[in-house]
Amino acid sequence: MGTYEFDLWVFMLAAFLGFQLIRGVSPLLHTPLMSLTNAISAIAVVGAILITGAKDASVLSRILGFSAVFLAVLNVVSGYLITDRMLKMFKRREPEKK
Amino acid sequence: MNIDNTLLPLLYMLAAMGFILAIKWMNSPATARRGVIVGEIGMLLAVVGTLLRFEVVNYQWILVAFVLGTAAGIPIAYIMPMTAVPQRTAFSHACGALASALIGTAEYYKGVNQGPAHTTVEMTALIIETLLGFLTFTASMMAFGKLQEVLPQRPITYKGQNFVNLGIFAAAAGIGLALIISPERTMLFPLFIALALVFGVLLIIPIGGADMPTVIALLNSYAGLSASAMGFVLNNKLLIVAGALDGSSGLILSIIMCRAMNRSFSNVLFGAFGQIQTSAATTEARPYRSASAEEAAQILDSARNIVVIPGYGMAVAQAQHKLREMFDLLNKRGINVEFAIHPVAGRMPGHMNVLLAEADVPYDKLREMDDVNPEMPNMDVALIIGANDVVNPVAETDPKSPIAGMPIIQAYKARTVMVIKRSMNPGFAGIDNDLYYMPNTIMLFGDAKSFVSSLVKELTAIGKAA
Repeated sequence: MGTYEFDLWVFMLAAFLGFQLIRGVSPLLHTPLMSLTNAISAIAVVGAILITGAKDASVLSRILGFSAVFLAVLNVVSGYLITDRMLKMFKRREPEKK
Repeated sequence: MNIDNTLLPLLYMLAAMGFILAIKWMNSPATARRGVIVGEIGMLLAVVGTLLRFEVVNYQWILVAFVLGTAAGIPIAYIMPMTAVPQRTAFSHACGALASALIGTAEYYKGVNQGPAHTTVEMTALIIETLLGFLTFTASMMAFGKLQEVLPQRPITYKGQNFVNLGIFAAAAGIGLALIISPERTMLFPLFIALALVFGVLLIIPIGGADMPTVIALLNSYAGLSASAMGFVLNNKLLIVAGALDGSSGLILSIIMCRAMNRSFSNVLFGAFGQIQTSAATTEARPYRSASAEEAAQILDSARNIVVIPGYGMAVAQAQHKLREMFDLLNKRGINVEFAIHPVAGRMPGHMNVLLAEADVPYDKLREMDDVNPEMPNMDVALIIGANDVVNPVAETDPKSPIAGMPIIQAYKARTVMVIKRSMNPGFAGIDNDLYYMPNTIMLFGDAKSFVSSLVKELTAIGKAA
């Protein structure tokens, strides 16, 4: 199958795109960036769903898949929420004096 | 025609676009929150699309895991104090890496027991996925333990450490290779997992607290690459793209951290930083000046430009809120106060920025090292709080010093330097700091938070008297 060659190209291009994008991120936001990419890489949830939901999955597969779905969802939920919570704190100017 | 061939590729592609835009919009605080929203939409599309796939038929387990994951994730996100961000990050690297390692394990046994058997290419990706996944899991948990101070922060080293580590890694890689060649040797797989787990632990044992920013970034990269490798196993482009984005992000951040310390990757991972310095620090008593909070407040009050240089000590003492009170008081009197932040200040990339933003310091007052250094001679006061190595002029003057060549914030160029510090004891790294003995330096002894509180009190008193 030639698909893996195609996959490698996709990987290479995505990695370079990543390098270019990340270099544009100011050090100011490096911590929220890390929690955002963390949430994004929890896309592993796709693989976890496929394993857990399969019709003929063995007990082992179900247990492993179930744990993986749990861990990935945990990362998705907490990752996005924390990123947003952090970003909300970055304000440019002082609020008007009371 | 079914949905898997028509709608699904489209949903996955839109999800990938969402992730790319999310990272792109992180380049400015003005657009960053929009980035989070497109990232969330992307994730939603991917999850819904996957649930609709025809091979997914059993929903009850998935739903239970969804509910539990959400129930655990929401409190973590809202209850966790901002000072715990480095630990939380290490913990989520551990979760992400373990998830991908478990999927790899399930895929392996599925391929061997039920078929279709994995091709050599798929097996290679699967071995990379599980190796990176399991080692990142234990390494991140170790990092978590060190950051949470459940484990000692000092690097632990012993003779032949690098050989032991290398040996274990080589053994894991060798068994991995054997599994790629003949996947049906199922007895080897648990051994492979065990070696990967042990290697992760050993990798972090010699890492000291000051190197955590680099290591956290590197673990971020590994977790991403593991997810990307999963994409090769499952032949899923979305996983490949998202994993590659995460992998390159972590890699870039760790390169930035390494550069900011003038060290190489191998030096951080295998250099056992702490060990060298304990022998290098032979301190004789040298004269220095110190002052009370009252005197320090008067100096601050008569300044026009002040630069505050925070470090990990500020985070430990939780001094950022008091610091912001001081910032407000000085601002009200027409004094310009800025914060100069070294890339490796704190325990993870951007750590100081998040803490100061939480304390409501406007982000346009948070400045980067290279940006501030040329203006240093115009600064009346450089106030150093909990930072040490990142302002040590030895890095520029002594080529034999362990931190030689490390770019520093040139606090010594300011007219007056004030250092809040508990005592004259050399800090964690054990390198004596020449800055403390310079004629224009004043030492302010005390806990960072209580000293800044006294400064605030004195400044208020001056304000009332005027």
